[in-house]
Amino acid sequence: MTALPPVEDIKAQIEAGIPGAVVTVVPNGSPSGQHSLLLDHEHARAVAIFLRDHAELRLDFCSLMTGVDWLDTEASEKVKVKKMVAAADGTEQEQEVEEVRKTKHPGYLEAVYHLFSMEKKHGPVILRMRTANRTDGTHLPSLTPVWRSAEFQEREAFDLYGILFDGHPDLRRILMWDGFVDFPMRRDYVPPADDILVTEAHR
Amino acid sequence: MEKDLKDLKIELSKNGIFTTTLEELYNWGRKNSVWPLTFGLACCAIEMIATTMARYDLARFGAEVFRPSPRQADLIIVSGTVTKKMAPQVVRLYNQMPEPKYVIAMGACAISGGPFRDGYNVLKGIDRYIPVDVHIPGCPPRPEALIHAFMTLQKKIDEQSLTGSERPRHLRADQPSEFPVPAFGEHGLEPAQNRDVFVAEEGNPLKVIQ
Repeated sequence: MTALPPVEDIKAQIEAGIPGAVVTVVPNGSPSGQHSLLLDHEHARAVAIFLRDHAELRLDFCSLMTGVDWLDTEASEKVKVKKMVAAADGTEQEQEVEEVRKTKHPGYLEAVYHLFSMEKKHGPVILRMRTANRTDGTHLPSLTPVWRSAEFQEREAFDLYGILFDGHPDLRRILMWDGFVDFPMRRDYVPPADDILVTEAHR
Repeated sequence: MEKDLKDLKIELSKNGIFTTTLEELYNWGRKNSVWPLTFGLACCAIEMIATTMARYDLARFGAEVFRPSPRQADLIIVSGTVTKKMAPQVVRLYNQMPEPKYVIAMGACAISGGPFRDGYNVLKGIDRYIPVDVHIPGCPPRPEALIHAFMTLQKKIDEQSLTGSERPRHLRADQPSEFPVPAFGEHGLEPAQNRDVFVAEEGNPLKVIQ
């Protein structure tokens, strides 16, 4: 059993091995400290193959793949700005006024992969990929060609979150039926109203 | 008149003469040879299996012959969570059973969706599509509860009269023996319930609870 190098080292190895790859460390503040690596779409497949075939890492097993839904967020902060304000006597004066500025952060869908090495008996290394937004830009590169075990779980993430995996060999719904149009694990999913039609006795 | 007949029957039996009616004989035979369908959906099915095994021994009630075909079964025990994807198949199996046929909804899920009620793919009770004869609460119900439900069903069969306006569904030409199979819609099952089956009691209307 070999100890896994820290994620920062893995990030450096990836960036040295694959020119142009943009890898960001996503820190995890919890006691487990499982920091993850955020990959860019363009190089994700190459990075995956690099991690799988790397002589020391040999991350040959993808044990888990899941989707995460991050809603649009709005952060508001109070900023002091100088403005010309009309005073009571009609003249304009410069005053410091508090203004609330709102910044919108668009939401995204995230795919998370947990990688282990059967050969080296170490892991996990956690990869993340994020879509551009939650509406029309929900494409991500599929990692099923690299780790076959991701096939059904990528289908599940497509079924429940609506992440479209480019390069997946068989991207169909897996839990819900084919004619279903919603993505029920998204946080803004609303079930049909008929579902909660009950008699008093059923409450 | 009826009381006189009953007294006469008791009097005769005291003297070693056994009398019965066709109805009693017919119901006695039916209630003691109910063949359930080999059909399990979730953890409740494990309790159902335990009920049939030596310790609880459902054979004592004449129901040990679990039939693997709906064509040979009288009883469907809906034992477990019915997902929306599974619901059409449950209704179809029920439709394929010959009359007279009975339904036991076993456990919280089969009754109402149970702990998975808020799930996006969980049917909120099989009584939305098929008529249920006995509901068993519990999560999962113990084998004793299933045996009790079974005895309740036997009692129900025993009390069915073969003539008159109160006669059961399978003896009435105007009553359906098959029920519409729900279809997979874009957002859920269509229809969401069969209003002919899923009816509210008087003064207890169906409503959407927010």
